[in-house]
Amino acid sequence: MERFSEQAEEILESLWVMTVEGDNVGCLLTSLKVTPDSAELIELVQSAYVEVRGDRVYLRKEGRFEAQMTVRRHRLAERLTMDILGIAGDEGNEQACAFEHLLRQGVDTKLCTLLNHPTTCPHGNPIPPGECCIAARQQGQPGIVALTELKSGESGEIAYLAASDDKKMQKLMSMGVLPGTRVVLTQKFPSYIFKVGHSQFAVDDTLAREIHVRRPTT
Amino acid sequence: MSVQQNSSPKVVLVGNPNVGKSVVFNALTGAYTTVSNYPGTSVEVSRGHCVIADQRYEILDTPGMYSMMPITEEERVARRILLNEDPHAVIHVIDARNIERMLPMTLQLIEAGLPVILVVNILDEAKRLGMQIDLELLQKNLGIPVIGAVMKRKTGLDELRQAVADYASVPYTPFVYAADLEEDIDGLIKLIHGDYRLSRRATAILLMQKDDDIVQLLEKQESAGDYESLLAAAREISFRRRSDLHLQISLERRKVCKRMLTDVVTQEVNETEPFAEKLSRWMMNPITGTPILLLVVYFGLYKFVGGFGAGTMVDFLEGNIFENYINPPVISFAEKNLSANWLFELLVGEYGLWTLGIRYAVALVLPIVGTFFLVFSLLEDTGYFPRLALLVDRMFKLIGLSGRAVIPMILGFGCDTMATLVTRTLETKRERVIATMLLALVIPCSAQLGVILGLLSAEPRALLVWTVFLLLVFIVIGSLAARVLPGESPVFYMEIPPLRLPQLRNVAVKTLTRMQSYFVEILPLFLFASVVLWAGKMTGTLEQVINVVAPVVKAIGLPIEASTAFVFGFFRRDFGAAGLYDLQTSGLLNVAQLTVAAVTLTLFVPCVAQFLVMIKERGIKTALIIFAFVTVMAFSSGWFLNKILMTTGWLA
Repeated sequence: MERFSEQAEEILESLWVMTVEGDNVGCLLTSLKVTPDSAELIELVQSAYVEVRGDRVYLRKEGRFEAQMTVRRHRLAERLTMDILGIAGDEGNEQACAFEHLLRQGVDTKLCTLLNHPTTCPHGNPIPPGECCIAARQQGQPGIVALTELKSGESGEIAYLAASDDKKMQKLMSMGVLPGTRVVLTQKFPSYIFKVGHSQFAVDDTLAREIHVRRPTT
Repeated sequence: MSVQQNSSPKVVLVGNPNVGKSVVFNALTGAYTTVSNYPGTSVEVSRGHCVIADQRYEILDTPGMYSMMPITEEERVARRILLNEDPHAVIHVIDARNIERMLPMTLQLIEAGLPVILVVNILDEAKRLGMQIDLELLQKNLGIPVIGAVMKRKTGLDELRQAVADYASVPYTPFVYAADLEEDIDGLIKLIHGDYRLSRRATAILLMQKDDDIVQLLEKQESAGDYESLLAAAREISFRRRSDLHLQISLERRKVCKRMLTDVVTQEVNETEPFAEKLSRWMMNPITGTPILLLVVYFGLYKFVGGFGAGTMVDFLEGNIFENYINPPVISFAEKNLSANWLFELLVGEYGLWTLGIRYAVALVLPIVGTFFLVFSLLEDTGYFPRLALLVDRMFKLIGLSGRAVIPMILGFGCDTMATLVTRTLETKRERVIATMLLALVIPCSAQLGVILGLLSAEPRALLVWTVFLLLVFIVIGSLAARVLPGESPVFYMEIPPLRLPQLRNVAVKTLTRMQSYFVEILPLFLFASVVLWAGKMTGTLEQVINVVAPVVKAIGLPIEASTAFVFGFFRRDFGAAGLYDLQTSGLLNVAQLTVAAVTLTLFVPCVAQFLVMIKERGIKTALIIFAFVTVMAFSSGWFLNKILMTTGWLA
């Protein structure tokens, strides 16, 4: 597989976000902060992944897959920095940007498996599924997901709590939220409402994200 | 007598919120304390007494607690009682439906060496859910008295009284945890030498979990050397186990509970969804929940408090009873018998104790506040508030608060002073400061609201401008505060108790208790305010103060006469509003001016009582900063709104 420079990857990523996920037709050179003769742009044009017409850059069909995978790597990196390493805010974003470029040659697959094939980034944007995600789904692995990933009405067994501090952990435990307990998610918006035994609790998404449940095998 | 009182053995009630602890308390003592269906409205501890077989016992009802390791202020209060008192018996009340979740705390209490009696309450509901509980087996497993009860109907009360009277402490056999955990606990126990209310085992476990109160207690009781080596050992354990420690302890306890409950609970599947569940779901769904909220506001607040309380009842009391029957004889009596002018003024003059103090409190404020408290208590007892809290949580996060803060905010519409007191149930200091500030600035209390609605209702457009402008200030200032104030953003979690049909007796007594405390605390301030205003009028100081305020009032486009209203506003929020009323009836204000005046007055400084509570709860420094901020904010908003109205010509 070809290896692009980090700057070229950033362009692919922006193009994906703006044109495929957003509703822009092409992307202004100025908003990508490049000129037609920037090295990273030429790199991409030569691979026929993008084309430049007037002052806009367009993502070509040939470049879609690569762009998608770049976005995937970026969002996986965000999950890693924010959920696992616990780096929040701008610092988290910066770190994620640095990490994403390291996630190649199968590292992304390993990370994705470690994170249990997440479907959204911490900002709620979709993570394009990789082959590993599709394979895992086909095998029907029960999979451990955050409570936020369950649909309302779905139930699961709590696998582990990822609470970042003792206080939050205690709060969850005081509600009877312990590994091995069965919970039923009854509502997702505006707050997460779940049932443990005969009691009902409401939590916000910060706490809900820290409860990881095992989906029942069906 | 007092000696005997002090020597009465104590019985302490503990348990989660919403398990009927207060009902047990009332059943035992015969007295009434507030039964709260909202976690966090009773931080105070209720005390009562009862006599069983000629022996008098003192009964203590504690705020709800989830475990022996406190997180919130209420839990800390409850735990402190267990640490400091020397109870004859500790009654742990649990909800039969959630026995599995609540039993771990029973274990902790037993483990702490406390004389525990377990009351498995709400058995009737559990049966309805298809649960069968073998209480005799549970008693055998736990080794403590276990009593099944439906305390609401006093079922099980006699057995409980008997158990209290018969209680004899028996040495307990500790529940055994995993070997590695036991090793750590043993290691710490060997280092503890002092005597503690709680068992050494419990003390060691709490120390391991870095419980602040326990650490302080150890510092006091142990020699310096022992204390140091204890801390070192605890630090070593908590480093080795890191975040798994709390979890492992909880899991071990649950394992023990499972063992205790084997063959005790049998559950049949029961599929029908009762109506209460449906209604509950509607309340929590934003699409159906919002109309429900609007209905509650319209009928509860607008129609009942605004229409019936502030309209019908005030008209009757003020316009009929006072004007026709009470005031004339009082005033003519004063005219005949009080020769000194100053005394006449003090009692029945313009700002007199009678005319301004008592009449205001009884005829104007009481009906409004009373009807509000009635609605509030009714809603509180149904369990509506936690559902509202989860509905607004996302929006409240924008202003730096969690959904929990919706309760003090709503209470603020009744009485901001009480609401400021209730802010202490919020978790972080940051939330408490933001809530206190918003209460002082934006939320009008029912007395003020009543007068302002009365003023503006003739001008629907003015009412609209007033509402929209206040809402804007609430959102803008709230989100600014959320950005400016340091600290973590709040985390929301809340138990959603089942919806209940409120019991009229409870609601009535609750309303009366609230009204009573309002009256006891507020009436003296009314009188105080009257005296100050009277003194000000007699000495001419009032005039001077009004003159100082006058230029500011003029700057926001109001006639100078309005200054009086603002000075009064500090003494009672509604005094100020009522002052405006006089201005309007004498035709001194046009619609735009009226709107500006109403907005400024609503935002303007809290009343004396609220300010005093702010000092008490938040400290003098924070209170003064909020005070200064609110004053500046009120007048600059007034100035701003006046400019907008002038340039656009709205409400002209």
